[in-house]
Amino acid sequence: MEHHSQTERHQGWKTSKSTDMIFRGITAACAALVLIVMAGIFASLLWNSLPSIRHSGISFLFSKAWDPVSNEFGALSSIYGTLMSTAIAMLLAVPLSMVIALFLVELAPPKVSYVVGSAIELLAAVPSIIYGMWGLFVFAPFMADHIQPLLSKYLGWLPLFQGPEMGIGMMTAGIILALMILPFISTVMRDVFAMVPDVMKEAGYGMGATTWEVTKDVTIRYGIQGMIGACLLGLGRAIGETMAVTFVIGNSSDIFISLFEAGNSIASRLANEFAEASDPMYMSALMELGLVLFLMTFGLQVVTQLWLKRVKRKMGGDLL
Amino acid sequence: MTPRSDKSRKLLDFTVKAVSMGAALLGIFFLGWILFVVIQRGVAAISWDFFTKLPTPPGMEGGGVMNAIIGTVLMTGIATLLGVPTGVLAGVYLAEFGKHTRLGAWVRFTVNVLMGIPSIIIGLFVYSILVFPFGHFSGLAGGVSLAILMFPVVARTTEDMLSMVPNALREAALAIGNPRWMATLSILFRAAKSGLITGVLLSVARVSGETAPLLFTALNSPYMMKSLNEPVANLTVTIYQYAMSPYDDWNQVAWGASLVIMITVLLLNLTARLIVGGKKR
Repeated sequence: MEHHSQTERHQGWKTSKSTDMIFRGITAACAALVLIVMAGIFASLLWNSLPSIRHSGISFLFSKAWDPVSNEFGALSSIYGTLMSTAIAMLLAVPLSMVIALFLVELAPPKVSYVVGSAIELLAAVPSIIYGMWGLFVFAPFMADHIQPLLSKYLGWLPLFQGPEMGIGMMTAGIILALMILPFISTVMRDVFAMVPDVMKEAGYGMGATTWEVTKDVTIRYGIQGMIGACLLGLGRAIGETMAVTFVIGNSSDIFISLFEAGNSIASRLANEFAEASDPMYMSALMELGLVLFLMTFGLQVVTQLWLKRVKRKMGGDLL
Repeated sequence: MTPRSDKSRKLLDFTVKAVSMGAALLGIFFLGWILFVVIQRGVAAISWDFFTKLPTPPGMEGGGVMNAIIGTVLMTGIATLLGVPTGVLAGVYLAEFGKHTRLGAWVRFTVNVLMGIPSIIIGLFVYSILVFPFGHFSGLAGGVSLAILMFPVVARTTEDMLSMVPNALREAALAIGNPRWMATLSILFRAAKSGLITGVLLSVARVSGETAPLLFTALNSPYMMKSLNEPVANLTVTIYQYAMSPYDDWNQVAWGASLVIMITVLLLNLTARLIVGGKKR
């Protein structure tokens, strides 16, 4: 042992084994940081929620009361708004993304596909606050003047499309969310479609199938797991999106069936009310909302990652 | 399968093709719409004063957002200083040492999960460790929250880029007597350089448009900052507050600030694309 360390010293610090050990140690410490951060997020949210958890108990999740003055807090309307706006977004974005990916991979000539694909990727890079501003000043009035009157005229017999045609509300929030996750889902789906081996598609075409038949029976069947992965990734984006939603959702604490009505989501409530929460219980209730959102997204991400791992094993390629 | 006439098959095929082309056009239409609106309304707000003056109260002529521009640049800088070295080293661990270790597997999984945690949650976390205990908002806390957002992105791209370096290069570097750390830092990094730069650029682009975490950490301020230990003005929270205000001239400033942020983010993205594209050729 003694002898060994002597030679090491002679070798100089640049080549010694122990420097390598130190290097490895430093990189491992940096890697471990991510575990510490994740544990810290959970611990700090839980710790700060404790007063509210003690105060409201489980009814926090099922009450739609939100009254800071009388210290009554319930997350139901926020959870509803988060899920509803996300559902609208997914309902619109998933089919659209699918056909966009189809266009990019199967229909467009390579150059067009590259340009259109790049443009759609840029749509993903636009910061969410800009979607929010555009939504508030441009898109919400457009909805109020053109889209919502049409909907209530033809579909007004449905309770979903009744109420004030203000532009601001659940529906506009959902559409803007859809717009935000659309480029994200379609890029991943494009990569999934591109992973399908050409021989399989060519076999389909060789039998005289049309493009749609090949897509339906070969591409989609082969890539369905990857497509679900793409949707999960988009869902994760939508559920915690803050700024774009905060601008247009309308910040009401009620739950309405109509999509024209205003609502709130967990993230929008946090963004709106955090600064004014001076009372400790109010603050703690907001932290508990944060905890709920964290647990929702954490669970979703774990499922997503496990799913993607499975897809990777099967298709031999990485999805984002 | 039920037999169907050629005509109806062709018709369905044509419909699907038309719909998919329409959807792609719709996507581009919205991109164009947003860009157009931001440029049109933003340009009207931009002047020399916009970059060189401090904000004025609503109704008063002139005034700019110099303090917010400086604040955003500084906090993004802090985030880069904190997030990039740690992220790169974590990526080195994942690619070079942790391929098959248990720590590596856990870290890889957690990095992916952390990337999907909403930025507003990161803001709450940093609020509770760096703002609440000290009793005041601070630019430093803002920088830290952005760093936490950058970290997983950088770690992930570093791992991917290092994994793409052929093993022969790794072995050759070690065979001529390089210790592991020198082989990694001077040879593998050079081979993966463009990929690493792209990763850093994209992560900077991602955080420079972030608003939600700053709302709880740096907040905003109408003044020029004197230190990082106080609320620091920044463009995104300024956009949020000014856009939500009832004053027309403040709304106008918000459009100007949006234009600045959007151009910055899009330029960073385009640069990153050019670097990657240039390498492929």
